Amino acid sequence: MPLEVLVVEDSSGDIRLTREAFRDVNPFIHLEVAHDGVEAMAFLRRQGVHLNAPRPDLILLDLNLPKMDGRQVLALIKEDDTLKTIPTVILTSSEAEADVLKSYQLQANCYLSKPMHFEAFHALVKCINDFWLTKVKLPQQRDNVDEPEPGAHAGYERSPKKSRGTKSGGTKSGATKSGATKFDATRRNNESDRRQRSAH
Amino acid sequence: MKAIGGSGVPIEVLLVEDNPGDVRLTQEAFLDANPSVHLHVASDGVEAMAFLKREGSHSHDPRPDLVLLDLNLPKMDGRQVLAHIKEDERLKTIPTVILTTSDAENDIAKCYGLQANCYLTKPVQLHAFEALVRSINDFWLTKARLPQTP
Repeated sequence: MPLEVLVVEDSSGDIRLTREAFRDVNPFIHLEVAHDGVEAMAFLRRQGVHLNAPRPDLILLDLNLPKMDGRQVLALIKEDDTLKTIPTVILTSSEAEADVLKSYQLQANCYLSKPMHFEAFHALVKCINDFWLTKVKLPQQRDNVDEPEPGAHAGYERSPKKSRGTKSGGTKSGATKSGATKFDATRRNNESDRRQRSAH
Repeated sequence: MKAIGGSGVPIEVLLVEDNPGDVRLTQEAFLDANPSVHLHVASDGVEAMAFLKREGSHSHDPRPDLVLLDLNLPKMDGRQVLAHIKEDERLKTIPTVILTTSDAENDIAKCYGLQANCYLTKPVQLHAFEALVRSINDFWLTKARLPQTP
């Protein structure tokens, strides 16, 4: 099951390093790139050419970006009820204490400084993979949630059919209509998932 | 309220957990992983909020650098504690990591909606639990930049 990661980054060198590092550490990651803040928001809102864009499982967001600043992108994500649940990790060369504080005030999920050296950058990408994409429980794609909360925004209703959604939905629709059975099926999946992880 | 820790610049971690067994395992795992961690324990949601707001007997307690929050707690639920932290201008910048046995999809979605910084499930096996505490230390207390105390 591919994990969708959106990298919002204008430096082509950093994009290339990020791509290569993820390819080394986790071939199941599908990396998408937005080169500025405006493109990032269009991707997330599935506007224009991004109509069929997947909803990312994780966003890696640089702060200093052309057209729209990363701080503004972060604010827009965290103000939007359909987007705010996507974990958004700041990955920037800025070491400024004010940027760290401001990012947490805007509800960034976490703040990481880009290391200067290639080896350290590679190690950081591995660390992001090992923690955020392996240990952390990420919210399921909204498309897959069986019973959305009343009043939940439906911004993703027009979403394309995604392999991720089809797989998970298939498991659940295979169960009977009984809520308990559904729950058991989900639990079994989670437990086997946990066993797989602990085996590593 | 107990604190463990060692030499070096102390890192203040608040663990909000009512299960004494899990408290002990977390304390022991942090002692192994990072002796600079001062682990403070609140055993229910009301005590956690008193600690964070420095009320009553907590007037001299430090501001935590990181909160590890269980969801199912006596007196005040972890979801309510999370909502209070993230609604409070002074507290919302403290990274708050959910650490719970619940792997219910509703809890995960709800917590990210309330702006939990991340959601982790407690492994059943001891060695996996210790490994998770090491991961929390390696990621949040080593790699991540935390906001300085305002």
